[in-house]
Amino acid sequence: MGKILEINGPLVRMELPGVTLGEQVRVGALGLVGEVIARDGDTALAQLYEDSTGLAPGEQVEGLGHPLSVELGPGLLGGIFDGVQRPLEEIWRITGDRIARGVHVPALSRDRKWTFTPIQEHQSGRLLNAGDVLGTVQETASIEHRILVPPDVSGVLLELAPAGEYDVDATIARVRLHDGEIRKLSLSHRWPVRIPRPFKQRDHAVQPLITGQRILDTFYPLLKGGKAAIPGPFGAGKTMLQHQIARWCNAEIVIYVGCGERGNELTDVLESLPKLTDPHTGRPLMERTLLVANTSNMPVVAREASVYVGLTIAEYFRDQGYDVVMVADSTSRWAEALREVAGRLGQMPVEEGYPAYLGSRLAAFYERAGRVETLAGTSGSVTLIGAVSPPGGDFSEPVTSHTKEIIQTFWALSKELADARHYPAVDWLESFSGYVGQAARWWADNVDPGWADARARALELLSESEELRRIVNLVGVDALSSEQRWSLEAAELIKEALLQQSATDEVDSYASPEKQYLLLAGLLGIYGQGMKLVQLGVPAQRLLELPVMHEARRWKTRYGAADMAGLRERTAGLTGDFARLELEYSPLTSRDQERGI
Amino acid sequence: MKNLEFRTASSVRGGLLVMANVPGIAAGTRVSLTDHAGRRRNGLVIRTSDAAVLVEVFEGTDDLDLERTWVRFLGEPFSLPVSRDILGRVFNGVGLPRDGRPPIVSGQRRDINGAALNPAARAYPREFIQTGLSAVDGMNSLTRGQKLPIFSGGGLPHNRVAAQIVRQARLLGESGSEFVVVFAAFGVSSQDARFFQESFEESGALERLVMFLNLADEPVIERLLTPRAALTAAEYLAFELDHHVLVVMTDMTAYAEALREVAVLRGDVPARKGYPGYLYSDLAELYERAGRIKNRPGSITLIPVLSMPSDDITHPIPDLTGYITEGQIVLSRELHAQGVYPPISVLPSLSRLMKDGIGGDFTREDHPRVASQLFASYAKALEVRGLAAIIGAEDLSEGDRRYLQFAEAFERRFVGQGEEEERDVYATLDLAWDLLSMLPLEVLTRVSEAELAKYHRQNRS
Ligand SMILES: Nc1ncnc2c1ncn2[C@@H]1O[C@H](COP(=O)(O)OP(=O)(O)OP(=O)(O)O)[C@@H](O)[C@H]1O
Ligand SMILES: [Mg+2]
Repeated sequence: MGKILEINGPLVRMELPGVTLGEQVRVGALGLVGEVIARDGDTALAQLYEDSTGLAPGEQVEGLGHPLSVELGPGLLGGIFDGVQRPLEEIWRITGDRIARGVHVPALSRDRKWTFTPIQEHQSGRLLNAGDVLGTVQETASIEHRILVPPDVSGVLLELAPAGEYDVDATIARVRLHDGEIRKLSLSHRWPVRIPRPFKQRDHAVQPLITGQRILDTFYPLLKGGKAAIPGPFGAGKTMLQHQIARWCNAEIVIYVGCGERGNELTDVLESLPKLTDPHTGRPLMERTLLVANTSNMPVVAREASVYVGLTIAEYFRDQGYDVVMVADSTSRWAEALREVAGRLGQMPVEEGYPAYLGSRLAAFYERAGRVETLAGTSGSVTLIGAVSPPGGDFSEPVTSHTKEIIQTFWALSKELADARHYPAVDWLESFSGYVGQAARWWADNVDPGWADARARALELLSESEELRRIVNLVGVDALSSEQRWSLEAAELIKEALLQQSATDEVDSYASPEKQYLLLAGLLGIYGQGMKLVQLGVPAQRLLELPVMHEARRWKTRYGAADMAGLRERTAGLTGDFARLELEYSPLTSRDQERGI
Repeated sequence: MKNLEFRTASSVRGGLLVMANVPGIAAGTRVSLTDHAGRRRNGLVIRTSDAAVLVEVFEGTDDLDLERTWVRFLGEPFSLPVSRDILGRVFNGVGLPRDGRPPIVSGQRRDINGAALNPAARAYPREFIQTGLSAVDGMNSLTRGQKLPIFSGGGLPHNRVAAQIVRQARLLGESGSEFVVVFAAFGVSSQDARFFQESFEESGALERLVMFLNLADEPVIERLLTPRAALTAAEYLAFELDHHVLVVMTDMTAYAEALREVAVLRGDVPARKGYPGYLYSDLAELYERAGRIKNRPGSITLIPVLSMPSDDITHPIPDLTGYITEGQIVLSRELHAQGVYPPISVLPSLSRLMKDGIGGDFTREDHPRVASQLFASYAKALEVRGLAAIIGAEDLSEGDRRYLQFAEAFERRFVGQGEEEERDVYATLDLAWDLLSMLPLEVLTRVSEAELAKYHRQNRS
């Protein structure tokens, strides 16, 4: 026990001998929780996760003996937690519409019982290693929760509970540790959020993360276990893109961290996901999703913690052998929270007020992504996708520039595209992916061997058109050759018919890899056929008048998942669209040859 | 402690006063000061230890005589008395009457800082509000519970636009304005404040209006309280009395400047342009108070007005606002110079909640795609206009010339309208089709073929 010496905003200076750095403390009559960020002899400095109004010097403080940690076990999925893992639905029931201070509710419900099925082979006397699976709980229809031996436990199994109903505190196993101590295990355990959960080794198998978004999957792919950033100015579509990924990606678990963003965006997820079904499993999407929320009006100190809370939960599901995706919206708000802590500690700011360790913190954060061989020997992954909100949309600011050096996939959003309502506003020239070569193999094996080539041709056309556009803007369209004019038009076609993909369109919100490829190949087909004719002397203008030029813009919304055969057939029959023109312009000889003379 | 007065002020700097030897004072406590002349000032404890208590004085610390300043700690945070009677009243920046009428007598007080809404308690805003302005309703529509700021600049008619929205805002299918309006002005001229008051008077809605005014020549630090007091009143009206409340706050730039001033006094590390790093969270604490709550009939729709310093949308104030609000209505100096009223620049404007509040269930089934088509066609038209500026309009193709005409008509007839003109959303959509029909059928690929058949003039006549 100790006492408060001074209160300054969220910072509390206290006399508390023996407390350790990072330790959780409970402060004052209100029982507000915080963590120790500095120590000096018997005094310590703590920052509170809640507003300090009403605390007075002299009130009691107490060290809780452990750092910020999360509770891991059945009951996480489908839930929404705050930045220090308090269950917000439950808190709503207890304290009403507004978050009251000093409420302590455990993350996992104590009222609920789970049906536990032990692993049959585990007889007593067996040696258990950290990370081994003790048994399973069918948490939702699509997710089997595997109950793990905690990463810091290994020893001889003395007893494993029989199949039955247990709450998260009930003992389901007893283990004799190597030092002789007997440890009771339950369906849940705790883990400190700032320490990465251990695994056996990194695993470099290649599986692209399919998001159903063409500009991502086809052009700037991400792998399961990869790290990606989505920078963009306000309103460019970072959140929408992350929502789309959370909805449609082929991960098994999705952790959505709303870090310093809008309350309504979480409401949106909470209201929409239960109604949507996973295209890969057919189950309601909410069953595989979990939300961590520290909205912009919630205390900043817990904001810094929220991303680690999400990350640790992500690793926990990874350790069960799942592919997990965590989206964090926005990592900039987290960095800003870091900046505030640094400012309060009087640490020297280096760029725009950020401390010198910003880059290394960001790197350590993204380093927790990856595909691994788990302690139990299965494979699992954590894919990290962070939104970045650069002030003024300026990508040279510290958070964006540091992030850019760390991640492999960079989905740069552009204000110009967003203003013109070209969605997703992913800039095809600014973006990059370091995973294209690896993804290409998967596309070749699973979709079409022509993928890499088609992708490259489309990108080439897009960048060529940028050059041509510059010329037109200087001297007008007449300066272009017919071929160039056609390239320009074909690039426009690709932008509209392929790159643009509305999240709100029922048919096109998700595009399967097959659909993505058929559209790409079909549009390149139009480009190629047209180019052939242009070279025969057909004016570009005549080509633009062909009905297929307008019809192709509707392919994406016309052909849904159930009608891929239709799309395949349509794009295979393109020669027909150009036949009349071809006949008109072909040199006689070739026409004769065609007739077989 | 509550009734004790202290005379132990030991130093003063800027708006901050240090009190010595007052142990056990709680953080965030409201303070009442009586100066040597017997005048009362308000303050807040921002830092406290047994040795020293730091008090922020809202009316400033000019000419305080330390020896003759009495300080009373009130033992509670800043709060606003609330009751039904606040309707029709005018308050100053800290919530005291400025209309010459007696103070609000009520046993109920609300902490003006509010408490964060639990995200699990929110209901997503979906109900379309018709403002009668085509550029808003058609392309950047407002929903009940949304926070949608107006980004403006000196000399632009943001007050008139905001007042018109307030006068005309109503829910489709419900007659008359059922909104209660909370108007908060800080750092604006008395003329601007009067303009609003008169605009409401004309529409006879004064008994549905609550005003909080801190004018340009009034204490700067007080501005930190004004929006909080106004939002507290709004929360009470919305979530306790079940009203639909429209809050207009102007000018957010004056608010942010006041915050910067105080931050400098406190010695906080600046982030950009001298504004403290917490400007984002501070603004969010205000803006996020808008919304809807599950199982509660009321709502708070928030329209903050801000002038962009040097018309720069990347300036921290509009930038951070845009990062928090659910879109923005951007006024354009260029359109204003051309005589277009309201001079709304539709491309940089955005309503993020529009997608969930329009369409068959709310407005008309073609609305989402018509809006998308208008955006696409107007963006293309502006590109053509840019080209025409280089090569001359004569050298444009026939198709491009049609786009030029479209752009012109769009700005004059669709965006432009009278200050008293209230277009219902159907009139707005019909007008949109009139304009889109200036373009060839084939280029309208954002709307469905069925919609083209039904609404395109070429098909209808
Ligand atoms: N893929 C998309 N399909 C359709 N509309 C989109 C898409 N992406 C963005 N939009 C539109 O743009 C708006 C803004 O997007 P979003 O809220 O995701 O921006 P943001 O980058 O997250 O902004 P902020 O940084 O302010 O949070 C959306 O409300 C929607 O209207
Ligand atoms: Mg966002």
